[in-house]
Amino acid sequence: MYKYDAIDQKIVNQRVAQYRDQTRRYLAGELSDDEFRPLRLQNGLYIQRHAPMLRIAIPYGMLSSKQLRKLAEISKRFDKGYGHFSTRQNLQLNWPKLEDTPDILSELATVEMHAIQTSGNCIRNITTDQFAGVAPDEIIDPRAIAEIIRQWSTFHPEFALLPRKFKIAVSGTINDRAIVQAHDIGLEFYKDNSNKTAIRVWVGGGLGRTPILGTVIREHLEWQNVLTYCEAIIRVYNLHGRRDNAYKARIKILVKALGIEEFRSQVESEWQHIKDSPNTISESELLRVSKYFDEMPYENLQDSCEAFENSFNNNPAFSAWVKRCVHPHKKSGYRAVTLSLKPHGKAPGDATSEQMSVVADLSDKYSFGEIRVSHEQNLILADVKLSDLFPLWEQARAVGLATPNIGLLTDIICCPGGDFCSLANAKSIPIAEAIQIQFDNLDYLYDIGDIELNISGCMNACGHHHVGHIGILGVDKDGSEWYQVTIGGKQGNDASIGTVIGPSFSAEEMPGVVSRIIDVYIKEREQDELFIETVRRIGIAPFKNHVYAKETTNV
Amino acid sequence: MSNLIANGKVVDDEWTLVKLPPPPDEKVRKQAGKVVLFKLTGENTHTNSQIESVEIPPEGKVLLPLPLWTLKKQELSNRVSKGEIGVWLETHELVESLSCSISDINKLPVIGVHVERFADGRIFTIGNLLRSRYGFKNELRAFGDVLRDQLYFLKRCGFDSYLIRNDRSAADALASLNDFSEPYQGAVDITQPVWRRIDRQG
Repeated sequence: MYKYDAIDQKIVNQRVAQYRDQTRRYLAGELSDDEFRPLRLQNGLYIQRHAPMLRIAIPYGMLSSKQLRKLAEISKRFDKGYGHFSTRQNLQLNWPKLEDTPDILSELATVEMHAIQTSGNCIRNITTDQFAGVAPDEIIDPRAIAEIIRQWSTFHPEFALLPRKFKIAVSGTINDRAIVQAHDIGLEFYKDNSNKTAIRVWVGGGLGRTPILGTVIREHLEWQNVLTYCEAIIRVYNLHGRRDNAYKARIKILVKALGIEEFRSQVESEWQHIKDSPNTISESELLRVSKYFDEMPYENLQDSCEAFENSFNNNPAFSAWVKRCVHPHKKSGYRAVTLSLKPHGKAPGDATSEQMSVVADLSDKYSFGEIRVSHEQNLILADVKLSDLFPLWEQARAVGLATPNIGLLTDIICCPGGDFCSLANAKSIPIAEAIQIQFDNLDYLYDIGDIELNISGCMNACGHHHVGHIGILGVDKDGSEWYQVTIGGKQGNDASIGTVIGPSFSAEEMPGVVSRIIDVYIKEREQDELFIETVRRIGIAPFKNHVYAKETTNV
Repeated sequence: MSNLIANGKVVDDEWTLVKLPPPPDEKVRKQAGKVVLFKLTGENTHTNSQIESVEIPPEGKVLLPLPLWTLKKQELSNRVSKGEIGVWLETHELVESLSCSISDINKLPVIGVHVERFADGRIFTIGNLLRSRYGFKNELRAFGDVLRDQLYFLKRCGFDSYLIRNDRSAADALASLNDFSEPYQGAVDITQPVWRRIDRQG
């Protein structure tokens, strides 16, 4: 993975010094709340319900074991011994003290980490596929360009105070796993007719209050031009995006208002001025950064292993885990492994300091000392030998990281919600926990099969509820907490936004509502049809009818 | 005591700022119960008669609002030659309106950009365009809600003078011009990105 040189290190060190002084001035009364707000936000610090929340950047979801060990230490020393992995592949601490945040950032800087631009109206953390570099369906490893974009966007002076937050995702696979269509800019890498790396540029996607999937603004962009093209897009947005209404300030609203044709023509005419400006990426810079993402020193292995197969055939618990949590790898004899942060009845995405330390150790032992964070809020060891899967499983299981539920109903994506977040209308974690308890039967979960259930505590949609096959949104009605249900959302190449099935429910009703939705699927599905396929075939009406049916007859 | 920073130090301000009167129909606009804080790019706020009624000091260096300049530029041509006229923009005004109003933008010894709220990042793009697109070479001044924590970005976008908000110390603010020493990306002040300036291969 990328390693800092003296320049990178100096920038984060100077950031710590700058922020330490800003915090000092704020505490001394020299900065007002309003003046300090964007400064602390651009260092990831929110003021929350109980305490500040600090969001630490994990660029495109990659961590070294050393960094994860530091996060374990920080969450123990400055927080309550746990952290929350978010849908933007970052880590959130829920209980730090404002006064401690400069020290936390200073600790982070010692392991090449920071919290720069993890919040605020600026370019946020770049996200990508958690299997980048190892996925069999990958065409181009997007991480080098992601790192170049990270550096370019860090303190980009022109885009320091945009109308609203700005999220960029990159993806280089056949099957999109980075939800490029739900980002302000989505960069989809592919090989063009002359076998050169090219980028399809999506713009104006986003979830939130007004969920919209992005539109292709440029079908073919040469990789050298990615920074200047982004500059053209963001410049048009910076000047013309609405600043008068925070709910209408995202780029998607501007794109809709102008229409994609007009927006494209403004961007293209802007780009003509800056197309070959110095921020055009040079071959040598791409080469320099790409070296950090060279293939791991893999062994040449058979794609089979007797010990593994014995365990797989004789140990049902292990084989269940392999089926759900182990993923194909481009290299023979290797697999990628998801360590589930979704044990039933616990907050989705939370990891304790001890778990973080154990995962760091496991990665050193089995996966070249690297860890990925997925936007589904799990941890990934990307390069595990087949022969190591069994010992890895045993050790992960001992610390509660081997729930065999990846891709199943209980692998819920969930924001921190009303328990922590001051933006939330309703709690989300207790809903997730109640659903996990309701479905705490692995055989039944396997029978239901692949399904995505996403929960957000408010319309800001941090839990990506719009693209969940089942989406749950916390809403406020006259001061009490209610939940609106959508079905038919989907991430991926054929992404879609879910449809609301009807009036919202109370928290107590939610596990029952999900059960009834599943009942309809079980009854209506044909052969091996997945939940989302059934929904797309039969529409939402049968689900709606059953969920809102007066009497509780069984289907 | 002046609160103007130029060329990296606190200096006296030679320019007299001319403002437009508040528009007569400026009522508090609200949306969804919240006060609308920002004007939209390209929005017109004043009528011609209002603009005409503004008096321009007959002597000395004056910094005029764009609508007033546009209206009176013919009769000011003498003073332009003497270098007594500067023009300032609001962040919702278009740079094109200024560039179209004068044959050579460098006849203006100073262009100001007024930022009503420091969170209005349009000022950065405006600075960048004035320098890199329209080739403005003279003093580019930020004024209004100008605070030290935005200075570094303003500098990188081509501003070289900053009138710090009058309740804050310009002397203290000086330090923030150099918050970072080696920026990643090319911008106005340092045009080359880091990988073109420094050999990072080692």
